Amino acid sequence: MEKVVTFLLDGEVIQGQEGQSIMQAADKAGKYIPRLCAHKDLTPHGSCRICTVLVNGRPQSACTQPIADGILVESETPKVNQLRTDIIDMLFVEGNHFCMFCEKSGNCELQALAYRFGITAPKYPYQFPQRDVDASHPDIFLDRDRCVLCGRCVRASKELDGKNVFQFVGRGVEKRIAVNSEKGLKDTDADVVDKAISVCPVGAILKKRVGYAVPVGRRLYDHQPIGSASEDETTK
Amino acid sequence: MSKPKIATTSLAGCFGCHMSLLDIDERILELAELVEFHKSPINDIKSFSAQCAVGLIEGGCCNEENVEVLRAFRSNCDVLISVGDCAIMGGIPAMRNMIPLEECLQEAFVDGPTVHNPTRAIPNDVEIPLLLDKVYPCHEVVKIDYHLPGCPPPADTLWEALVALLNNKPISLPYDLIKYD
Amino acid sequence: MSERIKAVLDPICREVGNDRTSLLDILREVQHRCGGVSGEAVDLIAKRLNIARVEVESVVSFYAFLSDKPNGNVVIRICDDIIDRMHGSETVARAFESELGIQMGQTTEDGKISLTHTPCIGMCDQAPAALIDDVVVTHLSSDTARSIVAELRENPDPTRLVKELGNGNNAHDLVSSMVQNNIRLRGPVLLADFEPGTALKKALSLSPVEVIRNVKTARLRGRGGAGFPTGMKWEFTRATKADKRYIICNADEGEPGTFKDRVLLTEYPDLLFEGMTIGGYAIGAAEGIVYLRGEYAYLRKFLESVLERRREEGLIGKNVCGVEDFEFDIRIQMGAGAYICGEETALISSCEGLRGDPKNRPPFPAQSGYLGYPSSVNNVETLCCAARIMEHGPGWFSSHGTDRSAGTKLLSISGDCKRPGIYEVSLSTSLKEILSLAGAEDAQALQVGGPSGQMVGRQEFDKTICYDDFATGGSMMVFGPQRDLLEVVHAFLEFFVEESCGYCTPCRVGNVLLKQGIEKILDGKGEPADLPYLEELAQTVKMASRCGLGQTSPNPVLSTLKRFRSEYERRVKPALDGRQPDFDLSEAVAQAVSIVGRESTHS
Repeated sequence: MEKVVTFLLDGEVIQGQEGQSIMQAADKAGKYIPRLCAHKDLTPHGSCRICTVLVNGRPQSACTQPIADGILVESETPKVNQLRTDIIDMLFVEGNHFCMFCEKSGNCELQALAYRFGITAPKYPYQFPQRDVDASHPDIFLDRDRCVLCGRCVRASKELDGKNVFQFVGRGVEKRIAVNSEKGLKDTDADVVDKAISVCPVGAILKKRVGYAVPVGRRLYDHQPIGSASEDETTK
Repeated sequence: MSKPKIATTSLAGCFGCHMSLLDIDERILELAELVEFHKSPINDIKSFSAQCAVGLIEGGCCNEENVEVLRAFRSNCDVLISVGDCAIMGGIPAMRNMIPLEECLQEAFVDGPTVHNPTRAIPNDVEIPLLLDKVYPCHEVVKIDYHLPGCPPPADTLWEALVALLNNKPISLPYDLIKYD
Repeated sequence: MSERIKAVLDPICREVGNDRTSLLDILREVQHRCGGVSGEAVDLIAKRLNIARVEVESVVSFYAFLSDKPNGNVVIRICDDIIDRMHGSETVARAFESELGIQMGQTTEDGKISLTHTPCIGMCDQAPAALIDDVVVTHLSSDTARSIVAELRENPDPTRLVKELGNGNNAHDLVSSMVQNNIRLRGPVLLADFEPGTALKKALSLSPVEVIRNVKTARLRGRGGAGFPTGMKWEFTRATKADKRYIICNADEGEPGTFKDRVLLTEYPDLLFEGMTIGGYAIGAAEGIVYLRGEYAYLRKFLESVLERRREEGLIGKNVCGVEDFEFDIRIQMGAGAYICGEETALISSCEGLRGDPKNRPPFPAQSGYLGYPSSVNNVETLCCAARIMEHGPGWFSSHGTDRSAGTKLLSISGDCKRPGIYEVSLSTSLKEILSLAGAEDAQALQVGGPSGQMVGRQEFDKTICYDDFATGGSMMVFGPQRDLLEVVHAFLEFFVEESCGYCTPCRVGNVLLKQGIEKILDGKGEPADLPYLEELAQTVKMASRCGLGQTSPNPVLSTLKRFRSEYERRVKPALDGRQPDFDLSEAVAQAVSIVGRESTHS
């Protein structure tokens, strides 16, 4: 028998199992905590920091922080949501996010988070970085302009595909996604059916020739915010 | 009492946002009842002769003339609104921001595969405004009061925003009306 | 695959048993031998270690001392921290550039010499300084820069640049360095005579649990800056069930302005190794690792020789001091230029041959550290203190300092002061006393704890160095009345932008934005609204970042906004006509003007 752990999330009593993260326990209880790098099939990464919550007043990432009896977790508070908004703003200005023609638009988790928080324009100056595009693979497109460095592809390739197609190179603001070949994605064992390809939350990794398949108005986040109950089954 | 005035302009934009404004359909008549269009491509008034209540800016700033127009809007409008993704983040024109200006011009006028330019000259006439080093979002050039994202923003977004402003209410858009595409 | 590369690489990989966890050692060696880690080398290493090439590339690209492109035969790295700049490092850099005919970041055409900047190399008390390969050169001037270049052109061996040896063990055959210790004030705990073996023998007469109890009774807290109780750390590590445990010494002293561990390593290596051995005994570890920052590579041979001597004397190895069943040895892990590796979990990643990314906590190192085994990571000074506690007893140790801050603290003092160097002071010494000791009575500000610490002004010079007032790893940078404190803040932010690992969003992006915000104000384009903007941004970075780097990197901004607000206020002015003051039309059209050759008609 797993030990039951009881804690408070935004004043509500939540019961989870020992060993669960705050995010897992909250998900089970139907309480959504905004996230980007976290994915239910992957080891938590703790990098985007959007799932930051206050645990007994201390900031922690909900995806990596285990639950414990009696902890007080604040998530949907103005202070915490301000942190999240700031982080989303940072991601938008850090990359080159041209939503207007991106195939992922409407199904993009970064965009959906911005919608959820009602962001009409980021408060930070745009950086317009130079980033490389890798279109060498016949079926897969890698556009680093849109990459948010969440590492989902890195983890999925290792953990789910048993490969090692993606890795981070560089550090700090120069950090990028690299592929396991000097010659580009075409020279790796990446396959279009790999999980690493489909877990990308944004339009950085796309399957070729299937774009814009769903018309505007019928896409994932056209009418309901990310984290809505009915969407849980499909993506989370 | 005279009606509040609205001014609009398209800087480095495609006029799509203006099209979206016209897309409010028959409500345009209602709008005409509520406001008076001042400097705008809609009525072709070229310069400011009065202070406006609201300025709608489509497009970002890609050249010196855009900057001048935008600054004139800031000086002559009480409330300035960035309308659409180009005004907010540079949009499609800003795709050149990752490439040095000289390379852009060289590719566009000299080296491009479809270019026929035996003199290899880059167009240069005093009538052609000088390009900026990159395309700037409007709020990085002047203070902007509101942002209405979208490419273009839905007609309803523009309508809701204008109605709120004209009724002295804060702009608060529902989920369906904040879209970046 | 060229045979030449194979001939170099294969023995290097074989030497470490083609072990993936030794990747950093392999790469350091390849860098040293080949001047860089080429794509071909990456392929071969990946093959030998049976890992993906991108994993190798990932590690190469992380460390400043590794490069994918070939460096010159000799690499000159000019220390670029604020203290070195205050002492003229920029003039020295220009002299190197003009003498070599290249810019920073370039290599001479003949491929012989590369020139670059590097963050603090731990020589602020003898600035400006540089690393020439592993050789430290100090007190540089334009003249010495020119003669260095001339000599290197004649003979590329940088060891020949050392003309006069420094004091103490810097003059030891295996160090042969011009570095000076500059010990200005000796205290009773750290900078006192030490007879190797005395502390260890006393510790081994106790049970491991008793050793831990004594460290707790002495109330020893971590000397790296965070101040976690050492005894508790050891107790937690010991309490985790495991086949193996590790004690790791953090000798990555990377906080700009600190150099006290360098002096301990030079003059008190036995005290340190003894502290590690005691720690190993206490937690039940058979292996200790000293993570030595790449900048201190010049000390490596000497430290190895001390370890070898201790092995011969039975102070490490099998049956330490004749105690059966206590086997303990120490190895040195070299870093490769990454400040973040001073963060304990990043340090562990680096020891494992990975990128120096911090790890998620929990699990804490005491639960799962190096290679998944419980590990205790302790600062050099902390381990030295632990040895002294064994030698003289916990009561003696805690009789120094205060109740909550027992013992003494080593300070590295540099900047605008007459007597830069190392001071051992009692915990609870006031900043005023410290400044007076160092000959800096006219200081306008004291940066306590390095860039990640606090900038403190005169009104608080009565406060003390201790865990309750100003906790510090020991970096004390003095800024005289002539210094522009916002320039200092900017230099610190440049450092953090350079050193952020980039793993988490707030630190990766936020520090860049903070730096840009400060630049805007320094450029005279700031407005009053920039102050709350910077404050909020700094708070977000501080609160949301994943590790200590991002949680402290906004401190320069926050502490100056709090204590030196007028430095900001005097520079900002309200924007006119609703314009954004940092948009400059003439700057924005400058490129176009030069391309088409006509002036803007707009103002």
